[in-house]
Amino acid sequence: MTDVKPVLRLEDIVKTFPGVRALDGVSFSVLPGEVHALMGENGAGKSTLMKVLGGIYQPDGGAIFMGDQQVVMAGPLEAKAKGVMFIHQELSLAAELSVAENIYLGELPRKSFGRVDWAKLTEQTDAILKKLNVSFDAKTRVGDLSIANQQMVEIARALTVDAKAVIFDEPTASLTDAEKVVLFDVIADLKRDGVGIIYISHRMEEIFKITDRISVLRDGQYQGTVNTADSTEESITQMMIGRKLDLSRNASHHELGDVALEVRGLSCGKLYQDVNFEVRRGEVVGFYGLVGAGRTEIAETLFGLREPSEGQILLDGQEVRIHSPADAISRGISLVPEDRKGQGLVLGMNCRDNMTLPQVDDLKAGPFVAEGAEVAIFDQYRDRLDIRTPGWRAQAGNLSGGNQQKIVIGKWLSMHPNLLIVDEPTRGIDVGSKSEIHKLLRELAAQGYAVMVISSEMPEVLHVSDRIIAMYSGRVMRTFNSEEVTEDSLIKAISGLSDDKAA
Amino acid sequence: MKSGAVSKALANGAIWGFIILQLIFFSVAGEYLSLSDKAFMDWENMLLLLKQSAPIGIIAMGMTLVMVNGNIDLSVGATFAIAAIVMLDSMTWPIFAGLGDGVIPIAWLLALTAGTVLGALNGLIVWKTGVDAFIVTLGSMLGYRGIVFMFNGENPTSHLNWTLVDFAEAEFLGLATASWFLLLVTFAIWFLMTKTVHGRNAYAIGDNREAAVNAGIRVGPHMMINFAIIGFLAALSAVVFYSESGSVNPNDGQLYELWVITAVVLGGTKITGGAGNVIGTFGGVIAIQLLRKGLGHIGADTSTVNLVIGLILIAVLFLDRQLNVKGKEELKV
Amino acid sequence: MSDMSQNASNLREGMMASMSKQQIGRVLAKQGILIAFAVFMIAFAIASPKFLSVDNVFSVVRSSAIIGVMALGVTFVVISGNLDLSVGSMMSFSTIVVLDLHDKLGPALAIPAMFAMTLCLGAFIGFLVGYLRLNSLIVTLGMLSAIHGLTLTYSGGQNMDIADKEGTWFSVFGQGTALGIPVPILIFLILAALLGMVLAKTPFGRKVYAVGGNGTAATFSGIPRARTVFYCYLISATCVATAGLIQASRSLGSQNTVGQGLELEVLAAVILGGASLLGGSGTVFKTVIGVLILGFIQNGLLLMGLQFYVQFVVTWIIIILAVWLDIAAKRGKLWSPIA
Repeated sequence: MTDVKPVLRLEDIVKTFPGVRALDGVSFSVLPGEVHALMGENGAGKSTLMKVLGGIYQPDGGAIFMGDQQVVMAGPLEAKAKGVMFIHQELSLAAELSVAENIYLGELPRKSFGRVDWAKLTEQTDAILKKLNVSFDAKTRVGDLSIANQQMVEIARALTVDAKAVIFDEPTASLTDAEKVVLFDVIADLKRDGVGIIYISHRMEEIFKITDRISVLRDGQYQGTVNTADSTEESITQMMIGRKLDLSRNASHHELGDVALEVRGLSCGKLYQDVNFEVRRGEVVGFYGLVGAGRTEIAETLFGLREPSEGQILLDGQEVRIHSPADAISRGISLVPEDRKGQGLVLGMNCRDNMTLPQVDDLKAGPFVAEGAEVAIFDQYRDRLDIRTPGWRAQAGNLSGGNQQKIVIGKWLSMHPNLLIVDEPTRGIDVGSKSEIHKLLRELAAQGYAVMVISSEMPEVLHVSDRIIAMYSGRVMRTFNSEEVTEDSLIKAISGLSDDKAA
Repeated sequence: MKSGAVSKALANGAIWGFIILQLIFFSVAGEYLSLSDKAFMDWENMLLLLKQSAPIGIIAMGMTLVMVNGNIDLSVGATFAIAAIVMLDSMTWPIFAGLGDGVIPIAWLLALTAGTVLGALNGLIVWKTGVDAFIVTLGSMLGYRGIVFMFNGENPTSHLNWTLVDFAEAEFLGLATASWFLLLVTFAIWFLMTKTVHGRNAYAIGDNREAAVNAGIRVGPHMMINFAIIGFLAALSAVVFYSESGSVNPNDGQLYELWVITAVVLGGTKITGGAGNVIGTFGGVIAIQLLRKGLGHIGADTSTVNLVIGLILIAVLFLDRQLNVKGKEELKV
Repeated sequence: MSDMSQNASNLREGMMASMSKQQIGRVLAKQGILIAFAVFMIAFAIASPKFLSVDNVFSVVRSSAIIGVMALGVTFVVISGNLDLSVGSMMSFSTIVVLDLHDKLGPALAIPAMFAMTLCLGAFIGFLVGYLRLNSLIVTLGMLSAIHGLTLTYSGGQNMDIADKEGTWFSVFGQGTALGIPVPILIFLILAALLGMVLAKTPFGRKVYAVGGNGTAATFSGIPRARTVFYCYLISATCVATAGLIQASRSLGSQNTVGQGLELEVLAAVILGGASLLGGSGTVFKTVIGVLILGFIQNGLLLMGLQFYVQFVVTWIIIILAVWLDIAAKRGKLWSPIA
């Protein structure tokens, strides 16, 4: 293998953002005809690395080589021209246009008078679609396709050029098993043609099935590359998690209080069905599952943002109906939402106003907002959560991810909730803030808060939870106590596989 | 995948259903209410309707392009007035004296150039400054109107050229000159939007700008070209209309942008861009003109026309929203 | 552990660097409009000594009062992330209605009746935009036309005049003076102070900024988004009714089209004041500055012997420059990144 020249080689790539060193010396190479897995937790730097490769970010240090030549990816177009193609996790399609137009977006074949050469376009597209063995044709409007088929359109794009390297970013997230088979065939074809493939996925099963080598990132640092054949799930997980973050199991040693929340037979249309669980005071309950398993939707229902179609919600033993977030807040429920920038903060507002937003009606001096009281609240939670800002006047949008998240947490802690729901509390924030937030969640439980933690990171769920509820496709598969849970059984539960021990 | 169901349905022909409904309603109601004995669905009447649709219609085709592209142009009324003045005024300029009727094509050319340049200027500002098209054209709507007044103050600009009037009043195959221009422009923009690379890219930009940028489509030049086209069409509309009337007031064309946008939205173009077509817009233009004429036919005055059109616009928006509600599971944000 | 403190110090440094750059930009963006205002005033004052005389200042503010009062309400709507293009035709409606009712009910009843009717229109728009979440541009465009039709229907297309123009106290709102200050100016300033306080100091004002800045995040914080937007349109309608009252009282007779086209001047003043059409930014104070800039430019150019239409062109250039510099300061680049 040593005499083969890599199609793509990264050397010591560094990328920093204000507050975060997102990539810190990443080096690895992709050989022709190789499927190279890139693994790491959320926030480990994979997507930043991909943006560097795609020319969306410029690296602060290091170099990219293609063949023997050092290259600079000045923009998405240049990456494409050099034969580096991306299949994005987030779809970038124009819904109103046809499949063919989307596949050849930006390079529609031309005839005289600037006309589109439809015949040529359809012919080329049909050839690609045939290879992909899909059920739709070139003229179908993309908006009429299912998400999975839209994903196939994205994949078809990568086949239009003479690609040297193709990067798949979580391509199977929305595919059915049959569609996965097609995708893996496509990858095998590309491999046969000598294309280098970077395959990003969290799904170990796929990684071991199709990849040749695995490179691992952790907190922006390169952890090494191993041959897939020589590794095990355990060894990879070890590399991904490392020992940097204290993620030892952490069951409560204090007495649990009363049941703060009980959910009976709760359903919300197709989103989730027949969900039952309870959360006691002094307890952290972790919700683990894949994206789309229905965890966030349950949180949103409890917070009055969705109407349940069936079932009961009991707070302190009393059945309640929660129609709006204001309703939920008045009943002592707080939600730290999943999307910090979209749902958690008004980025153009200052830190203080963001923090006191839910209680602005209660902080009054006469008809006006009592700004002194607001500053006092801000100061209190800034100190308690160690939020680093130049002052309360700083715009929330100018803070680092970790500090933004602490503002959101402070916002809800200052409401003194009976039930605190946190959804992906540490997504995309630095290690320091991460462990502080973990510590905080444990402390809150010790102080008698009832806490629900939704997370897609297994080590995090294992670390902070007293009990873990595993969800798959809108259903609760199993509830684990912290003593009995193993990574293996947890993965099986969230993949919908039956486990011998499952109840 | 029900997104934009009504706008899609409108684009696909619901507007024609609405037009037929109007025709039936006004014909029947006209029997009882109309003061004249003439039937509403008289062929002459319909031809006149097409001719009267032309000034708004020609501009609306350009607006469809600009709105599909994800922008909007509020300055078309002012551009319309400037082009009219340039055409009428230039025919009296001393340097062109002695050309006789040869001045006509020159005057047309000057007017169309003026419109195109003003449109392109809007586009250039949107492109280079990154200021929203709404604000840019809101500003130039005032600015261009100011330029209108610079010619002749508050006085009308008039120049009757009988050759020109004859041309404007001519009929060919039963259709008036203005109607021909409307049909030609509709065809040309239809061709541009459905058959050319530029047109398809305009859709892509309005639909998903980031994807278009990532695919290497140059957003700025496309937007500027489209603004230039709508400027050209505003001028063309003026040139056709004022060839016949021969006199322009400095306030002419005011509120045209509102009529044009109403026609385009009725025709099913999405306000956020990416969807819409000129056939629907053509229907929208006809529907509005029909409503004006029809209400007049049954004895209602302009006030009712304004009221009805405003409410219909809102009703269309409301229906579209209702059909898009995904049900109870939806996140209440 | 050393890694963590390293991280922390990186964090601080990075934050400081980015803050200071941002802050310079923001100071420029924040004060740009005031600087422009000052430059204009000085230039005009030098060009024409009459410009800053008390009489002239009064006459400028008085003639700006109608636009100004409407701009106060539109400021709320724009900060909440919406548009209101119907204020012009709504003002025509208010003017016509109050003039008509003046002779039928007497001024004491006519005024509240007119306010009630105008508020109904505002509530209708607020319902459509706030609760039904329809696009505010199209809704208010439709209402522009619909209200115009309503006004014409109401008046039968006739001009409206008060029968006894000498004998009514109704003229006080447009023509009277109190404490030596013309009443329209007083109304404008008092309303500006009141609404300025509502926006800057009350919980409601805070909600308006939150809803306009990030409606989803506001909802996730328990803020009633629909109701907030609804109230903004009610405030706008109240301001429009007040403007209609001043107009009617000043002229004591009116055409149906008295407010036509004013919506765009109003919007121009609000934008000039620095409110972003995306919502979430702007203040009442800055809108007042925007209104005054428009008023003084108009007046200054006239005093310099220039025709009124030069004002249009100057306004155009100023609006685009103001918004451009504002966003340029925010993105840190003069030219847009559009390819």
